[in-house]
Amino acid sequence: MRYEAPDRIEKAVDLLASAAGEARVLAGGTDLIVQMKSEIVEPDLVIDVKRIAEMRGVVEEGGAFRIGAAVSGAELKEHPRLRKVWPGVIEAANLIGSTQVQGRATLGGNLCNASPAADSVPALIAAGAKVIIAGPAGRRELAVEDVVLGPRKTALAKGEIVVAFVLPKRVPLAADAYLRFIPRTEMDIAVVGCGVDLTLDPAGKIIAARMGLGAVAARPLLVGEAGAAIIGSSLDEPALARLEAAARAACRPIDDKRGTKEFRVQIAGVLARRVVHIAYERAKASAKVST
Amino acid sequence: MSKIHLTTTVNGDAVEALVEADETLLDVLRNQLALTGAKEGCGSGDCGACSVTLDGRLVCSCLVLAVETQGRRVETVEGMAKGGVLHPLQQKFLELSALQCGICTPGFLVAARALLEKNPDPTETEVRYWLAGNLCRCTGYDKIVRAVMDAAAEMRGA
Ligand SMILES: Cc1cc2nc3c(=O)[nH]c(=O)nc-3n(C[C@H](O)[C@H](O)[C@H](O)COP(=O)(O)OP(=O)(O)OC[C@H]3O[C@@H](n4cnc5c(N)ncnc54)[C@H](O)[C@@H]3O)c2cc1C
Ligand code: FES
Ligand code: FES
Repeated sequence: MRYEAPDRIEKAVDLLASAAGEARVLAGGTDLIVQMKSEIVEPDLVIDVKRIAEMRGVVEEGGAFRIGAAVSGAELKEHPRLRKVWPGVIEAANLIGSTQVQGRATLGGNLCNASPAADSVPALIAAGAKVIIAGPAGRRELAVEDVVLGPRKTALAKGEIVVAFVLPKRVPLAADAYLRFIPRTEMDIAVVGCGVDLTLDPAGKIIAARMGLGAVAARPLLVGEAGAAIIGSSLDEPALARLEAAARAACRPIDDKRGTKEFRVQIAGVLARRVVHIAYERAKASAKVST
Repeated sequence: MSKIHLTTTVNGDAVEALVEADETLLDVLRNQLALTGAKEGCGSGDCGACSVTLDGRLVCSCLVLAVETQGRRVETVEGMAKGGVLHPLQQKFLELSALQCGICTPGFLVAARALLEKNPDPTETEVRYWLAGNLCRCTGYDKIVRAVMDAAAEMRGA
């Protein structure tokens, strides 16, 4: 196996695009190195992207955040503004593994590993995040919900690398939240993960809502119907019942050792209800936080 | 495949080694640099016995390629005692019998030190969450948590 650690995106793209055998991007390695050890992947070339400055920083540009795809969870958590403005994205990212895993794991790796249960992905989908992709043909943007196609399958073409995530500019009275269900309190893979992002009007009525669901289908989902179910409401019971039904209807789960299909469908509704309340309270409180 | 010439800093000392591209930092520490404090409990990021810091960040050395540490700074449990004097965490682990077989101990010490560098006054809950990636099959964790809390208190007092 060959190892390269270029310091420019263009060089990394060149290496990846021109590789003859199996080539892999290495970010934090918390998926890739595990898969290499168990011989699920046997790359001839590994391209470490952590020396590329553009992929390693968090920049606030006109209210939007650009998060390098190779920023670790520990670094995200220490960012003073991100935590305030996008608490749901950050809480989702920080659920990935232990302190040690957080020291390495990245959003780019969590997305591109293309696990249906990746924790940060439903939160990023809810947030309306986009990825900036660099490839042999130049750069393009994709919504996060369009990146993962199925287990271990992404929309990235040969030679393409996710450079950064862009979180849109925040409007007033808006906030996000993420919840997952696992059989223990720490260190496990989501049975269901649910992220939501809400925007309120000054009277407390929801004027925009997006929901992402993880671990309930072959890929993380944007559930448009769930968002639509609560728009115009202030989370009254009929709206919540519609939300719960929409979340459950979107599920196409599998049975595994962590939960049956029926259980996952049930939990998706429960988490949807719980998480919107958290986001709603945060959105109300955000009026007091100056942006 | 030719080996890669690695130059890095371990516990403050410049070290060199010839490594394979797919060799882990844990294997190089143990097999080439004779630093056998970090242990391989699982090799998959689950147990924390291989904990080290890399540029000050707590990581599992079993999930780091040695070549990634080129020009960087690695700290292991071997660097904790200074001039034959144990680190307060090491001293407390001994005093409070926070270990039995000892396999997990280097990982707990390195992880706990990383916590106290960031947060000198953690709550018990913070200690337990921070150390959730360090598994111990012997102690039941209670003595470990108490040793970390006591060492933290002592270090704040000093
Ligand atoms: C003990 C343990 C616990 C874990 N717990 C969780 C958990 O609770 N929730 C969860 O979601 N995950 C969990 N994981 C999985 C893993 O930590 C996450 O998926 C993590 O975010 C992966 O990021 P990474 O930077 O380590 O990726 P890597 O392992 O470096 O890469 C993963 C994949 O993505 C590709 N890739 C990486 N970056 C890019 C890029 N910028 N562009 C294109 N391709 C790229 C790589 O080629 C590889 O195929 C856990 C892992 C371990 C070892
Ligand atoms: S040996 Fe590295 S985490 Fe277990
Ligand atoms: S003392 Fe034996 S594993 Fe912790």
